[in-house]
Amino acid sequence: MSTRLPKGGRLIDRTKPLNFTFNGRRMQGYQGDTLASALLGADQMLLGRSFKYHRPRGLVASGAEEPNALVGLGTGSRFEPNQRVTTTELFEGASAASQNHWPSLEFDVGAINNTFGRFLPGGFYYKTFMFPRFAWKHVFEPVIRQSAGLGKVPQDRDADRYEYAYGFADLVVVGGGVAGLAAALQAGKEGKRVLLIEQTAHWGGRAPVDGVEIDGRPAEDWVKATVEALGKMANVTLRTRTMASGLYDHGYLLAYERIGDHTPGDGRPRHRLWRIRAGHVVTATGAIERPLSFAGNDIPGVMLAGAVRDYVVNWAVSPGDRTVVVTNNDDAYRTALALTEAGLIVAAVVDARASVTGALPDAVRAKGIRVLEGRGIAKVKGTKRVTGVSICAQAGEGAEIEEIDCDAIAMSGGWSPVVHLWSHCGGKLIWDDARAMFRPDAAKPPTGDDGMSMVTAVGSANGALTADEVLADVAKQMGGKAAKTNSVAEAALEPVWIMPQGAGPQLKMKMWLDYQNDVKVSDVQLAAREGYHSVEHTKRYTTLGMATDQGKLSNINGLAVLSDALSQAIPQTGTTTFRPPYTPISMGAIAGEARGDIFQPLRKTPMDEWHGANGAYFEPVGLWRRTYCYQRPGEGVHEAVNREILNAREKVGMLDASTLGKLIVKGPDAGRFLDMLYTGVMSTLPVGKCRYGLMCNENGFLSDDGVVVRLSEDTWLCHTTSGGADRIHGWMEDWLQCEWWDWKVYTANVTEEYAQIAVAGPNARKVLEKLGGMDVSAEGLPAMEWREGVLGGCRARVYRISFSGELSYEIAVPASEGLALWKALIAAGEEFGVMPYGTEAMHIMRAEKGFIMIGDETDGTVIPQDLNLNWAISKKKADYLGKRAQERSHMASPDRWKLVGLETLDGSVLPDGVYAVADGVNANGQRNVQGRVTSTYYSPTLKKGIAMGLVKHGPDRMGEVIDFPADGGKVFKAKIVDQVFYDKEGAKQNV
Amino acid sequence: MLILDCPYCGVKAEETELQAGGEAHLKRYGPGSSDEEFDGYMFMRKNPKGVHFERWRHAYGCGKWFLAARCTATLEVFGTYPAQTSAPPADLQAKIKSKRPNWEGYK
Ligand SMILES: [Zn+2]
Repeated sequence: MSTRLPKGGRLIDRTKPLNFTFNGRRMQGYQGDTLASALLGADQMLLGRSFKYHRPRGLVASGAEEPNALVGLGTGSRFEPNQRVTTTELFEGASAASQNHWPSLEFDVGAINNTFGRFLPGGFYYKTFMFPRFAWKHVFEPVIRQSAGLGKVPQDRDADRYEYAYGFADLVVVGGGVAGLAAALQAGKEGKRVLLIEQTAHWGGRAPVDGVEIDGRPAEDWVKATVEALGKMANVTLRTRTMASGLYDHGYLLAYERIGDHTPGDGRPRHRLWRIRAGHVVTATGAIERPLSFAGNDIPGVMLAGAVRDYVVNWAVSPGDRTVVVTNNDDAYRTALALTEAGLIVAAVVDARASVTGALPDAVRAKGIRVLEGRGIAKVKGTKRVTGVSICAQAGEGAEIEEIDCDAIAMSGGWSPVVHLWSHCGGKLIWDDARAMFRPDAAKPPTGDDGMSMVTAVGSANGALTADEVLADVAKQMGGKAAKTNSVAEAALEPVWIMPQGAGPQLKMKMWLDYQNDVKVSDVQLAAREGYHSVEHTKRYTTLGMATDQGKLSNINGLAVLSDALSQAIPQTGTTTFRPPYTPISMGAIAGEARGDIFQPLRKTPMDEWHGANGAYFEPVGLWRRTYCYQRPGEGVHEAVNREILNAREKVGMLDASTLGKLIVKGPDAGRFLDMLYTGVMSTLPVGKCRYGLMCNENGFLSDDGVVVRLSEDTWLCHTTSGGADRIHGWMEDWLQCEWWDWKVYTANVTEEYAQIAVAGPNARKVLEKLGGMDVSAEGLPAMEWREGVLGGCRARVYRISFSGELSYEIAVPASEGLALWKALIAAGEEFGVMPYGTEAMHIMRAEKGFIMIGDETDGTVIPQDLNLNWAISKKKADYLGKRAQERSHMASPDRWKLVGLETLDGSVLPDGVYAVADGVNANGQRNVQGRVTSTYYSPTLKKGIAMGLVKHGPDRMGEVIDFPADGGKVFKAKIVDQVFYDKEGAKQNV
Repeated sequence: MLILDCPYCGVKAEETELQAGGEAHLKRYGPGSSDEEFDGYMFMRKNPKGVHFERWRHAYGCGKWFLAARCTATLEVFGTYPAQTSAPPADLQAKIKSKRPNWEGYK
């Protein structure tokens, strides 16, 4: 059993016990524990189930590489799934629950997959997708949905807050072990602005656990003194609980600080996402130990040798009473020594190497521990817990030589440098055959904007193994003099990728590579046999390395097995791509402060407050909020819209049109410029007049429309769509700055400088006349003209333009006077029956008139000619943006779908976006189509459904009835009609 | 998350301040051009592993478009310059040539 030892534990404070629960059971740990050490100390070895076979899973590691021990942590609004217990600090009242099992952790129905494991080989998911659709829908999906997935999704709104922070440094040192501390100290002494970050809550890394002495004193003391010295340097910042998540272009480093995970509810932000710009980055990220691949290496109680040492030394927790150490290197002997030191039994050290000599093995032998040379583990005994091992010759096929009783196994397959940050931004790796590891290739580092290296890897992250090597490497690369340590010489490891080397299929089926995703040696070999030769393909096919540890634990083992199966060298196989984040970061941290009201800016018009106070039902239009309709008490949205339309048609309505884009274009070449921008001619527009214009992109497609106004000899005002103002302004600047930079034109986006109000309806003139101050008569202000003056006391520019088909004035005033004018119009209009109307009424009224709307009738594939807008395209101009594109044969084809009106035979409303079918099928066997609906509404004016759509040869087919099949099998029959449904002659607006 | 010096306002601008505008030094082909010319202008874009000329706008700064020469493989920036030119400055071309002897020129 695993247990808390009576003494020791360098990180725990036994005077501060902490209570927590696991699956509802009350347990106790100490201040300084991780959830992992506390669980292990409480003899909770079984912590979860694997993803595919639901096999029992316990702790393997002690850090970020842990693949198994994920729990749901917290409750209610602080619940979060998939929390790794090895990187979760224990706190009072913590509540953890295991995942991926049903109905209970001890008894799990899904484990039946384990029995049928040979029917679920590598590529299972892909093969399943090839079953008939029926089987997938009715058999596989329901089963997989029930049993798959890790944690549960949180149900409540997150109670915590998160923030972004920005950092700048000459040098960021990532990793607070002895290498990182030594590197930061040297750079600090040189006066550099240094940021040193460490992902755990503690400085020093492995050295204090491994019994290292530096300058004649324990590493613990050296670490303490160094941190103190760094703390005194004004140019050095130290930050624990901060993980470097990813390194991007030009020294952009993302770091994730876990401020309040261990103190939930104390009011501080939970996480902080640091966006750091680093002059240079030093990765002192250490190394991660590799498992060994032997049968049953996934049974709870089999752990990494370094992790076993960590639990004993850091937290005084023994994973077992009687441990077998299995290794291919000298480092694991330190675990045997640490266990013995703690008074625990080491049954044997099983070493795959034929002959073992050297200081560490000798020290172990001196303790009376058996060292079995040239031996391996044939298989592990036990199911939910290790009960013993069967020993065999490593060189053989697994015949048992002897059996050893034990309840824990400490394994070491060597160490892999943590090269993630080095690799994120282009750093290359080399294969070090002697050490059997990929390590940074100093000749091919990630480079910065100056083309020079922007990352230096030091210490174990650079392949150094002993403390002496680590500090010498730091001194060599950072400068300064390396401190002396007590390192002893270690013999070379012997690469061991499977154990024993001649293992047959029965054993390989029980050798786990990816513990969480249940990928075994046999799966990778099967993938190779089935033709998956690329490591990236094998990864996706087998899901090797796709679990939440992202291959930290065993990717190297996996690609070594793949290389062997393909009979090629490991560097030839290569690694999969290292992508950020290094370990998962919370969605909260990514969102930062951007949630709720400040998720994005909200743009309001000057009259917004009035709308809110008068029943506005708002809708978002880009970042703007606009009034969809004004609801009266007890009135539904559709009733309100219909009332607003009928009132505008019969009396008078008012629309807040302030969001309309307003761009000033001014200068001697402004007319020439606008003639290039618009399909029509704007240079000839007389001062005082308005003209409708269309803009296309260079590919010929319609991109925006609006009324252009000639303000003075050299000044035009271009109205754009509400959503298009910034885009079209950018478009203008692009052409002026990059193509016609010698043209004398200025542009200004004055959208927010003006409030704009449309007054539309038969009584519109009466309302304006009552306000007084300007001549708005038919003669004084004819259609498509504008006048400037003072209207009702406001400085106004009045345009006689109509988007509703009614007699209509659009009045622009300085934004500061918008609300006053709005209120004055409402008051003056009272006796004439004025009502405000919203965007939906505007949309329906324009559709009744057959006017197009950008985004409805256009979708980026529609040219103006499709919309019968040839009248707005100049035939005389030699050039305009999009003209050349529109000359292409396909654009000029008579077979293009063209705009028509559509009316259902029964007066119902066509569904939005439905297609009209034609006879026959296309090359893919799909039903042919001949058109689609672009706008469709119920018209309260005409008391029936009306629609516009694009139909093949549409304008030539007036009166023809075509079929629009909709969801649910219903077929709408609609007649092709003129797109103008209301007041075809335009009599209403020209009064 | 690259950094480019804006040649107008002198600000060392981060990518979040910039708007990307694709390949630089395109020649516009309008009415009267052949299908091949127009096709090349409209659609054919270089995608080199190496030296590339790009359009960038200092969108959340001075608002100006400028051009940048950089290496897409190493992320090295050779230089930035105003957009009001149809060819990269000669000294910049010389600098790139000295750093990348096999570079075949911007065209
Ligand atoms: Zn600038």
